[in-house]
Amino acid sequence: MIAASGWLAIVILAAIAIFLFFNATRSFEEVGLWKMVSGEFWYPTSDPAQYGFLPSEAGSLWVTIVGLVVCVPLGVMSAIYISEFASRRFKDIAKSLIEFMAAIPSVVFGLIGLALLVPWTQKLFNLDTGLTAFSAGVMIGILTLPTIVSIAEDAMHAVPQDLRMGSLALGNTRWQTAYKVIVPAASSGIFAAVMLGLGRAIGETMVVLMLAGNSGLIPSQPFVSARTLPGTIAGELGEVIQGGQHYSVLFAMGLVLFVVTFLVNLAADSVLERQRRRWRR
Amino acid sequence: MRTSRSAARIRSARIAETVAKSILGTATMIALGIAVFLIGYLAYRGMGYVSWEFLTQAPRKAMTEGGIYPVIVGTVWLTAWTAFFALPFGIMAGIYLAEYSPRNRANRIIRIAIANMAGVPSIVYGLFGVALFVLQMGLGRSIIAGSLTLACMTLPVIITVTEEALRQIPRDLRQASLALGATKLRTIRKVVLPAAAPGIVTGSILALSRAAGETAPILFTAVAFFAPIADSPFDETMALPYHMYIMATSATKPAPQMVWGTAFVLVAGVSLINVVVASWRARQRRKIRW
Repeated sequence: MIAASGWLAIVILAAIAIFLFFNATRSFEEVGLWKMVSGEFWYPTSDPAQYGFLPSEAGSLWVTIVGLVVCVPLGVMSAIYISEFASRRFKDIAKSLIEFMAAIPSVVFGLIGLALLVPWTQKLFNLDTGLTAFSAGVMIGILTLPTIVSIAEDAMHAVPQDLRMGSLALGNTRWQTAYKVIVPAASSGIFAAVMLGLGRAIGETMVVLMLAGNSGLIPSQPFVSARTLPGTIAGELGEVIQGGQHYSVLFAMGLVLFVVTFLVNLAADSVLERQRRRWRR
Repeated sequence: MRTSRSAARIRSARIAETVAKSILGTATMIALGIAVFLIGYLAYRGMGYVSWEFLTQAPRKAMTEGGIYPVIVGTVWLTAWTAFFALPFGIMAGIYLAEYSPRNRANRIIRIAIANMAGVPSIVYGLFGVALFVLQMGLGRSIIAGSLTLACMTLPVIITVTEEALRQIPRDLRQASLALGATKLRTIRKVVLPAAAPGIVTGSILALSRAAGETAPILFTAVAFFAPIADSPFDETMALPYHMYIMATSATKPAPQMVWGTAFVLVAGVSLINVVVASWRARQRRKIRW
């Protein structure tokens, strides 16, 4: 019984892949996987319907890029400061604040974005609408910040104290120690933090659904309305006929999303495992 | 000559230290500032709407007046059923990983699967829930279907916290029990699990409080724009995160108390649970020491 539960994770993961695949088979037969993945037009309700994923893929790409630009520098720099410079007291306060931020549901981030970020974006960049890939990306960056800070901080914390002390004893300043010793030693953990943040940013649903604008065109820059893979699924699954063509296309889209995040997480996990093995004492 | 050169190097190292420290410190202050701002803004917009009436009455006049009592009850039910499904399996899987599983290839694959399960996007869980629980198993849009979906999502977190809590129990305790002639299962039940309980309970409750705030997995498996308090777990329900989402994005002008009041109740509820659990944990930690 206990051993069976141990295998449950594999069973569920396989079941997710299988159920996504079987519910998507109709779209593979009638539309074709390659035609969906590389199709330029998303007109699911016109006749004949066109199911191109490119608008969603490009939108997801822009949102993710903006998100990473916001959260990676800010997150990694904060992690270095909290790990290497901050006093113990500041560290405790900072960590609990970050944890608190991680506990806020994503739909609340969407709401705050709708109330503040969308009008600010519209005014600041003089746009027709503030519902853009940019505003969704910024909010996703903020949402991903706790993930990156805590994993990167953990990675630096796991570097043996001897290395830190050795470097300081040789007369290096704290900053020299940080960038010459600690960051290189923790580099794979920091990389894994970025990858896990990336995985979250690609898959985040509510924020993009509420903020990105869900337009049907392929965005060539982030300051226009865009649709994303998760946003499209969440926005349209409620309106389709169960078992119909559109329905199975949305499952195919889910399968694409599942495969992409799976690969990103696999990469992050293998890097993290190597880091763990390196500093195991 | 040499002294002045090394003095210059020291000076430039000190300058670099100051500059780096202030840049990194600024980044940290921005990150923490965002966190404080988000919490403050939410309290500023939402706190005023929360009253006894808001928490204990049903919505009236097409959701423009009244309270969110059925919505709160819906979220409580969803979370309770999620706990019912996820806790037994999650804790057993954690015990397996920490106590039984050999360190081999199969074990490594299980670990990869768990790490990956935690990274599957919430909307993909939603699709999975629709395909398996709502349609294949014929549960329809219901509390049961929604909480099974949420349970799948929460499972990897519960497994991880259980395993970590068990691993922190020192080996001496285990060996003492085994030396007294207890079987392995008995040792786990009577010695290891009670000692690890605070960690498991804390981690599980935090995981469940996250599940309570999820929207995407229940979007198509459990929730309705309006539903009365469910009579059975096979009924549709309202839920805090979905209620907030649909109120904020529906076309007609939403009543602000429904949007911001609900958001505040959701976040305050989640963080209240976090604080209570964290302080309970700290007290337990002081009590048990090794």
